[in-house]
Amino acid sequence: MRLEYAPAPESRDVVEIKPSYGLFINGEFVEGGGTPFKTVNPADEQALAEVACADEADVDRAVQAARKAFGVWSALPGAERAKYLFRIARIIQERARELAVLETLDNGKPIRESRDVDLPLVAAHFFYYAGWADKLEYAGFGPAPRPLGVAGQVIPWNFPLLMLAWKIAPALACGNTVVLKPAETTPLTALAFADICVQAGLPAGVVNIVTGAGETGAAVVNHADVNKVAFTGSTEVGRLIARSLAGTGKKLTLELGGKAANIVFEDAPLDQAVEGIVNGIFFNQGHVCCAGSRLLVQESIRDELLDALKRRLGTLRLGDPLDKNTDIGAINSAAQLAKIRELADAGEREGAERWSPACAIPERGYWFPPTVFTGVAQSHRIAREEIFGPVLSVLTFRTPAEAVEKANNTPYGLSAGVWTEKGSRILWLADRLRAGVVWANTFNRFDPASPFGGYKESGYGREGGRHGLEAYLDV
Amino acid sequence: MSILTTSLAEVASSDATLRAFLHGLPGVDRVGADQRAAVLGTRSIKTTAKAQAIDLAISMVDLTTLEGADTPGKVRAMCAKAVHPDPSDPSAPRVAAVCVYPDLVAEAAAAVAGTGVKVASVATAFPSGRTSLEVKVADTALAVAAGADEIDMVIDRGAFLSGRYLKVYEEIAAVKAAAGEAHLKVILETGELATYDNVRRASWLAMLAGADFIKTSTGKVSPAATLPVTLIMLEAVRDFRARTGRMVGVKPAGGIRTAKDAIKYLVLVNETAGEDWLDPAWFRLGASSLLNDLLMQRQKLATGRYAGPDYFTLD
Repeated sequence: MRLEYAPAPESRDVVEIKPSYGLFINGEFVEGGGTPFKTVNPADEQALAEVACADEADVDRAVQAARKAFGVWSALPGAERAKYLFRIARIIQERARELAVLETLDNGKPIRESRDVDLPLVAAHFFYYAGWADKLEYAGFGPAPRPLGVAGQVIPWNFPLLMLAWKIAPALACGNTVVLKPAETTPLTALAFADICVQAGLPAGVVNIVTGAGETGAAVVNHADVNKVAFTGSTEVGRLIARSLAGTGKKLTLELGGKAANIVFEDAPLDQAVEGIVNGIFFNQGHVCCAGSRLLVQESIRDELLDALKRRLGTLRLGDPLDKNTDIGAINSAAQLAKIRELADAGEREGAERWSPACAIPERGYWFPPTVFTGVAQSHRIAREEIFGPVLSVLTFRTPAEAVEKANNTPYGLSAGVWTEKGSRILWLADRLRAGVVWANTFNRFDPASPFGGYKESGYGREGGRHGLEAYLDV
Repeated sequence: MSILTTSLAEVASSDATLRAFLHGLPGVDRVGADQRAAVLGTRSIKTTAKAQAIDLAISMVDLTTLEGADTPGKVRAMCAKAVHPDPSDPSAPRVAAVCVYPDLVAEAAAAVAGTGVKVASVATAFPSGRTSLEVKVADTALAVAAGADEIDMVIDRGAFLSGRYLKVYEEIAAVKAAAGEAHLKVILETGELATYDNVRRASWLAMLAGADFIKTSTGKVSPAATLPVTLIMLEAVRDFRARTGRMVGVKPAGGIRTAKDAIKYLVLVNETAGEDWLDPAWFRLGASSLLNDLLMQRQKLATGRYAGPDYFTLD
């Protein structure tokens, strides 16, 4: 019998979106000097709100406010800073449903993910770093580690609120103040977070949110009075930032692109490996810097695994991101969709075999079906370049050494996955894979206590865990 | 999965070949299996889909009484409910089967005769299975002679856990022979097998030996049915059909008490084994108190109101 799931949309009414938003500077919402821009819902291309654009003068005001607040904030005992962070964490939990809906509307990700992954992790990050605020002298960075000052932070659109949490929570716990620029296409949850700062009674100027595009971001990272820059985004922009900051004395952490290998051995737990592959590349429409975009499968089980994977992909549900049963939401923007299409077409031209399950694509909005390329060679663009979309490239290997060689043969090094029932092999690979995170028999699992970051062109510095404190302390 | 069916026949030629085969099955990662079951548990089945799922779930219930205190009167009352679950609404579907001890099969068979409700009987020294093969076969024959359409046997968990797979296999095959035309459900008692790897191996062992259904639990051991265990069994029947062409049914039993739980199981079936299994012939829910919650939710969907528990019969 056929069991059709009826539409089960989460209510939009739990969130009130204002027609327009200002910048959040010194504890107040103010107009921006630039030309306001619209943020759209990628699932239906409807404008959600108009958002102010910060020009250099606005960014300067925000940095000045942060500098002024730094004196007060850094002088607070750690336990007092912790109180604010705990309060923010609790408010995030209380407003989780509203924030999840807002994130889904602005980003296009399925509500199941914003509700069950993003928001719980956001709250967990604030709880985790709140706990560190009064224990910094035990973190291993000396008896009285000092904060750096004003942190300029630029975050991407794939996990808008989660990336904000990764940046702001450790910065504040260590006693820094921040000027944060959310991505142009996903500013709304950052602005909702500004409201949470007000609700929590956070001193004015400790958190400043400036919205805008690349120029605003450049103004933030290049501002002379910023002591620390943290950027998550493309390798291309990361390179520009590294260049412009060279010699300025600003401390820099970069979390950039990836082309992670998900390595499946013939003795892997197959059904869970299939889930891990799906979760590795189709989670968040593949808009994940640590996505398992290269499947390296041992040749002896290639066909069996691909059959199982294709059968599983047939059950993925693509559509309305607010529907609680949706697995694959909308691509975040027209520009990103164009980039995914360009690379997928290149894959076909280069001779790889393209496959997608039968799935209806909505008429409006930005969509791309889950796609698998087989017969991919290391020399194909789809095996080299980060696609940042729901596109999996399948390659094969014969021996563990070949798996390591292929996995490492990329300019990136953010993450990797290993699937085998043999514990010793997991450890052998983990020693040899040049990737910041190696997942064993799982993929895309995050925890605030676990450091995250890259090798090579995937960036430097670590976020999360005790290691994540170092980026915000004068050590 | 390209080995031919014929080679599967040779798998049971000795303990060694059985062990080689069962231990050659892909392992199950517990964390991953739990996570997959949990995600499927978040599916939101509403409105028309919920109505459809509730009726389907009712039609899949094996309405069960397995107490030392069971009497002919108790069994007759349960059978009446199995045929007409909701006296206030004749459109409510009947359940799939009633499930009783062998000595009450005749009573049940008489009570449901001609209604389409099947009679299932536990057998083989249920629930522990701790007796000789002769007694198990006799127990089965008694139930079948009394009119049982389906036999729910238990495997010898002691033999399984000590690696005597051939003994388990031969017992299932012998009971299958004794059951004759009656459908054979093989209870793995997954709560005693403990690991998911064991659940997968026991599922394959039962299917190789001729099971028509594989069933999670007796209901007498905790934990009874769980979503991850049922997920692994559904994967097993899916893979078994891909390899042999033969379809085997699945029956989670014990601990399923609410309509919400039951719907989670249907989602699991739908997205693991597929819609072919969404049929009372291939999927059952062994339960007793579940039926009333299904009926209550059914009425709520139709009328918009919850009736109190006294509006549903306690048989």
